[in-house]
Amino acid sequence: MSDRQDRLAVRKTYKLYVGGAFPRSESGRTYEVQAADGRFLANAALASRKDARDAVVAARKAFGGWSSATAYNRGQVLYRVAEVLEGRRAQFVAEVADAEGVKRGAAERQVDAAIDRWVWYAGWSDKVHQVHGSSNPVAGPYFDFSVPEPTGVAAVVAPASSLLGLVSVVAPVVVTGNTCVVVAAEAAPLPAVTLSEVLATSDVPGGVVNLLTGRAAEIAPWLASHMDVNAIDLAGVTDAELATELERAAADNLKRVVRPPLSEPDWEADPGLDRMLAFLETKTVWHPVGI
Amino acid sequence: MTATAPIAGDLADVTASNAALRRFLHGLPGVDQVGVEARAAALATRSIKTTAKQFALDLAVRMVDLTTLEGQDTPGKVRALCAKGMRPDPTDPTCPQVAAICVYGDLVPVAVEALGDSGVHVAAVATAFPSGRAPLEVKLADVRAAVAAGADEIDMVIDRGAFLAGRHLDVHDEIVATRQACGDAHLKVILETGELATYDNVRRAAWLAMLAGGDFVKTSTGKVSPAATLPVTLVMLEAVRDFRAQTGRQVGVKAAGGIRSAKDAIRYLVVVNETCGDDWLSPDWFRFGASSLLNDLLMQRQKMATGRYSGPDYFTLD
Amino acid sequence: MGTGMFDYAPAPESRAIVDIAPSYGLFIDGELVDPVDGTPFKTVNPATEEVLSEVVAAGPQDIDRAVAAARVAYDGTWSHLTGRDRGKYLYRLARLVQERSRELAVLESIDNGKPIRESRDVDVPLVAAHFFYYAGWADKLGYAGFGPDPRPLGVAGQIIPWNFPLLMLAWKIAPALAAGNTVVLKPAETTPLTALAFADICRQADLPPGVVNIVTGAGDTGRALVEHPGIDKVAFTGSTEVGRQIARSVAGSRKALTLELGGKAANIVFDDAPLDQAVEGIVNGIFFNQGHVCCAGSRLLVQESIADELLDRLKRRLGTLRLGDPLDKNTDIGAINSPEQLERIRELSAIGEQEGAERWSPACDLPDRGYWFPPTLFTGVTQAHRIAREEIFGPVLSVLTFRTPAEALEKANNTPYGLSAGVWTDKGSRILWMAQRLRAGVVWANTFNRFDPTSPFGGYKESGFGREGGRHGLEAYLDV
Repeated sequence: MSDRQDRLAVRKTYKLYVGGAFPRSESGRTYEVQAADGRFLANAALASRKDARDAVVAARKAFGGWSSATAYNRGQVLYRVAEVLEGRRAQFVAEVADAEGVKRGAAERQVDAAIDRWVWYAGWSDKVHQVHGSSNPVAGPYFDFSVPEPTGVAAVVAPASSLLGLVSVVAPVVVTGNTCVVVAAEAAPLPAVTLSEVLATSDVPGGVVNLLTGRAAEIAPWLASHMDVNAIDLAGVTDAELATELERAAADNLKRVVRPPLSEPDWEADPGLDRMLAFLETKTVWHPVGI
Repeated sequence: MTATAPIAGDLADVTASNAALRRFLHGLPGVDQVGVEARAAALATRSIKTTAKQFALDLAVRMVDLTTLEGQDTPGKVRALCAKGMRPDPTDPTCPQVAAICVYGDLVPVAVEALGDSGVHVAAVATAFPSGRAPLEVKLADVRAAVAAGADEIDMVIDRGAFLAGRHLDVHDEIVATRQACGDAHLKVILETGELATYDNVRRAAWLAMLAGGDFVKTSTGKVSPAATLPVTLVMLEAVRDFRAQTGRQVGVKAAGGIRSAKDAIRYLVVVNETCGDDWLSPDWFRFGASSLLNDLLMQRQKMATGRYSGPDYFTLD
Repeated sequence: MGTGMFDYAPAPESRAIVDIAPSYGLFIDGELVDPVDGTPFKTVNPATEEVLSEVVAAGPQDIDRAVAAARVAYDGTWSHLTGRDRGKYLYRLARLVQERSRELAVLESIDNGKPIRESRDVDVPLVAAHFFYYAGWADKLGYAGFGPDPRPLGVAGQIIPWNFPLLMLAWKIAPALAAGNTVVLKPAETTPLTALAFADICRQADLPPGVVNIVTGAGDTGRALVEHPGIDKVAFTGSTEVGRQIARSVAGSRKALTLELGGKAANIVFDDAPLDQAVEGIVNGIFFNQGHVCCAGSRLLVQESIADELLDRLKRRLGTLRLGDPLDKNTDIGAINSPEQLERIRELSAIGEQEGAERWSPACDLPDRGYWFPPTLFTGVTQAHRIAREEIFGPVLSVLTFRTPAEALEKANNTPYGLSAGVWTDKGSRILWMAQRLRAGVVWANTFNRFDPTSPFGGYKESGFGREGGRHGLEAYLDV
């Protein structure tokens, strides 16, 4: 959204998205977001450790309701998000083009893929149990079944791919009932901020997705060591040393860790089930069969 | 007819109406089939050796109600059975006698005469055994006749039809009436667990029988399959244990039908031991209703005594 | 215990069937070999303190050798075999376990201290069943839901605990081999003997050398294995504290990790429970295997309205437990596995008393030699007591009460652990309500401590991650 000559643009300072609200960083800090070509785009909130803490509290608070919503309901809510995404397609295309310095056609392709990806994951809400659950034929008079359940609160360090990558890591976490705290790509946070506006104006309960902008190296360690975070996705951590440090910190409460990819993945490829399964626990229930 | 059984104060009003009785019986803790069968199976793995086995075999002999309940029973058959019951192993004077001889009512006089003052009791099945399908007056007459003929113990059957139809108070009152008809004779109440179908029903029927004044609860007539099983007996033992804890009155248990080997009998004694303890390890409080079991117990006794395996030719048929 | 009129005479299982060598080497590349830099240590019978044998605490160079053997076997043999042939080897192992089941059970009881009744009726049959189950998966991996041609990870380093030595070996080795991995397995320091017997079974089965390597030793050996750069996968069962260290140590590597750790399971009894079976479930929940069970039901949550009645029944039942010689077929409670574990149980029990909980044990004679602890329960325990929060890993039950289902649930979930839970009630809808909300990997409703190779097992939260058993158990050994 480049400034026009005949009109002075209304510049915006973007805020965080925590618990369904848009607070400023408690630290009061912001940072300048620039386009890939160096143009000034906007100011974004520079989240602090306390923002991360608040976001975890919000995510935990939302977990009970979101995880116990029916799978059909979660699917409906997420599909509604896709509808709103579609309505903001032009804005996303512009933001992705700016953020990633790609041509309009490439940006369009990414945005379309991101919306389609969201729809794809939304549809999994009431299917993943059937694909990943089981009825277990134990050698005894028991009915025994296993069902996937959400892990809890996940921290997600989003990859550089500002919308498609972001959607590809957030949707698989929340579709199964987890809630999350997302650290947006530091250099390209605006599509993430717009996604948070989409979430806020659709039916996603506050706190299910919480979005922080700022420096992953500053915020992620607090999330990695947070004892009320159950899992962490290091998708966007490109510094191997930082990734190791985060994984080590995550061991404090035995978080489930998704390590960063060895190289930037092809986000347009079929994602498979891996990212959903990484944030699912398997619960096995036994009951005697008798009269 | 009103209930007159002497029961503890806090249970006195549970027989006030069929609804009250039903509420009480359905308020008893449930029985999980898989759990109780697993427990019985675990107890069945106890390994009873040497001195413990000797003790168990002798105790089992003393607990046997040596039984013949056939249409073809004759005085001769009953006399032979009585002789066997008094001297199970004529070659071994240390062999104890059985608890009782169990016969149909019309053969009670034969058994009474044959057993004399041996101390072996005469038990008679009564109340239109085994189905119980007769008018109450007929059943009571059956009981009175057996008692008049000298029976020490009466094995009655409950009205399973009434129980399954939910007429618990009718079942109760019939037991009370039978109890009265018994006079001084001991009353064993046959639940016919094979027809009650669930362990929940077994527990309820056992409590019903105890509330009505039964001296023993007994699993089966032997005419219905399944007859006694280890888990059914376990449920009944839990019931008599709990009943005594609540009321102070001790009730016995008789496992009848299908117990043919010494190994089986010892398993039952293990269940008695670990469910109810010493107080029930006596012929006064636990019985086996059986016929062929006795010879296997005797064979095992001889094996213990001589160190070699015996064979059926060395034991009398009856 | 055993003082009534029907006192069971001793019924010892014969030891003649086992043949324990005076010393053992390490099982590397298909042979028992002398260590390069390992040092010997003794393994004892915890019921008698008798030294059973001398085994090796493998050193770093021994681990090098074992990992190298596993790598060569992986690259050279195992990864080229068809699934069908891998399956056949696993079937052989399963059958040999069955054939040698008596020997394995006796050996397990001697080395571990657990009652022969359990090693014979639970551990060893489950070991065979586990191998049979995963044998069948070896040529069906494409149908397991992890893509059409899932690949193994490579060499797996596996570390198992002392509470179910052979069973944990089976849980580790069977799925790993079925999926096409080779393994280096370290049994627990105090219970190496059945793993070494299993080495002999691998030899009998003509398993290609290096596919299974067994390195004995303690924590240092385990650390060397976990940190070895030549392994692709770490699978660990043991304490949460060690699990944490392992998670830290593999950080930044590409080693896949699954952890099965501690627990502090709630066993929740509602007022409409089948009480006699609940009592059995409580006993089985905490006194099975002397309470040396990660998923033990160590916190009894009983509805206040039936607490007294249930405790009466429970105490009466505990009075019938028979503690003593693990090889006696009538023993219910065997020996504590080690003096260190006994000390921990004693210490936490003492703390329970100091914190004001009421301690109770049935009259119980403890043998003079060996490591023993009577079945113990604490009443008047609250969530704030250490014995309600920390894993004791012994025959010690903490009893708490609750008033409503919501309170039971809240208390049950109020722990950093999440391995298992029990629910006892006759009301089906309540079972499902509870089962949905309990944050635990295994929920036993109206039963407890049941295991089956088809049934996925593993924890939530600090009880670890990954599943063992079932189709899910394959995931831990496939590159998915």
